[in-house]
Amino acid sequence: MSERRRHGGRNALLLVAVLFALWQAMYWAVGDTALSSPLATLRYTAQLVTGEDFRMHLFDTMRAFAIAFVLSVVIGLLVGFWLGFDRLSGDALEPMIVTVYAIPKLTLYPILLLAFGLGLSAKVAFGVLHGTIPIILFTLGAVRNTRPILLKTGHVLKLSRPQMVRWILFPAAIPEIFTGLRVGFSLTLIGSLLAEMFASQRGLGYLLMNGIGLHNIELVMSVTLLIVVFAAAVSTLLLQIDRKLHRRG
Amino acid sequence: MKRLLAYRLAVIAGAIALLEIFCLTGVIDKITMQPPHLIARDLYRLLASGKMNGAIWKTLTNTLLALVLAIGVGVVAAALLHRLRALRDTLDPLFATYYAVPVFAFYPFFIVVFGLGDLPQILIAFMLGVVAMIVNTLNGLDRVPPVLLKTGRIMRLTPIDTALRLTLPAAGPYILTGVKLAVAYAFIGIIGSEFILSRGGIGYEINFAYNNFDNATMYPLIVLILLASIAINTVLTRWEKTLLARRGAR
Repeated sequence: MSERRRHGGRNALLLVAVLFALWQAMYWAVGDTALSSPLATLRYTAQLVTGEDFRMHLFDTMRAFAIAFVLSVVIGLLVGFWLGFDRLSGDALEPMIVTVYAIPKLTLYPILLLAFGLGLSAKVAFGVLHGTIPIILFTLGAVRNTRPILLKTGHVLKLSRPQMVRWILFPAAIPEIFTGLRVGFSLTLIGSLLAEMFASQRGLGYLLMNGIGLHNIELVMSVTLLIVVFAAAVSTLLLQIDRKLHRRG
Repeated sequence: MKRLLAYRLAVIAGAIALLEIFCLTGVIDKITMQPPHLIARDLYRLLASGKMNGAIWKTLTNTLLALVLAIGVGVVAAALLHRLRALRDTLDPLFATYYAVPVFAFYPFFIVVFGLGDLPQILIAFMLGVVAMIVNTLNGLDRVPPVLLKTGRIMRLTPIDTALRLTLPAAGPYILTGVKLAVAYAFIGIIGSEFILSRGGIGYEINFAYNNFDNATMYPLIVLILLASIAINTVLTRWEKTLLARRGAR
């Protein structure tokens, strides 16, 4: 176990080192007009992070993301449990939801803008649009695939429906639901960032688009680096927990 | 089966009817959205007039190119990674976190390097799609039953025969799952980069119409993309089901 973890840590470090080396090599190949070197980017990032402006943008992104994620989880779990219970609705709607999952939702952004306007609500809506579906699908699958013996035990004990959910379905479904939350987390983050990139005046996504517009390469790369580091760190952590939950179950 | 179909049709019809009512009664105002029957009419007019054909063609060919690239490179890369355990372990964290990264951030870099043409867009779409292909193909290769490979060895199949007759069919459904995701990602990549900066294509036209409050052009184009992706997705899902059914029957 600890051997494996050390292995994983070494792999991650190796990967980061290789990516940095590739970055540096690319920088040497294409030069200053298209790329800033790793060192320059780190220096710029340090400067950016301590700036007053940055805190506002970061706060904005995090707020939109947090609201969107909470909403995605609540809606996802409710709909997922409902569809998991109600066989007919589940069978009818699941393929439709899978199809919606595979739609390029980015094309819907002008509609969301018209409906919600520029600002927080559009970002939240876009995040929820991306994040809920995987949570629904994983929850639905988990509820349906609960081992029949557990359900029978529940019936024998004459549990009511809420008790059934609380004491049997939910604990049994936790590993799968967590996988859904993990995927939903990434998608909500990318959804709210995309909304910021295309339609907002604040936030990290806006900062990124601003950098693109002004051709401020150091800004673009610094913001990208920050987002990548944050996303990578959190999803690695979630993946660890996910694996642990699945191993136990 | 019939009941399911009726349920689904009722949901779709209900949603459209609700939108129609909201639009006609003014709950959703005209600047936000047109009633669905007008969108359908506008879509028909747009396609009949042919003025969007150039944009549609450009977007579809670019998407297809990116998709083919992503599938080809993805499957080959996955086959290699499946052999090279150490490399796969090293890349694993990258795959796990890949889709939390906004790939569009690399678009300006590609424009500077390759110019404002189709290539940067195709590259973005390719980058989005290829990892889904790799991950799903690897998943499929992991699930090829060892007994099949043993049988292949007993029959002295050449590596190529093993790949074509055993591995590919066995991993097929999983690869198709990857293809479905790659289709969506290819569309997202092409249309998203057309939104950001481009000289044509459906994404460009949608953005242009949006900026001009031209709902009569914007909504039909959005609906067109949605219909196209749903159609492709449905066909692939059918295919996936027949493949899975055949596997189950064996």
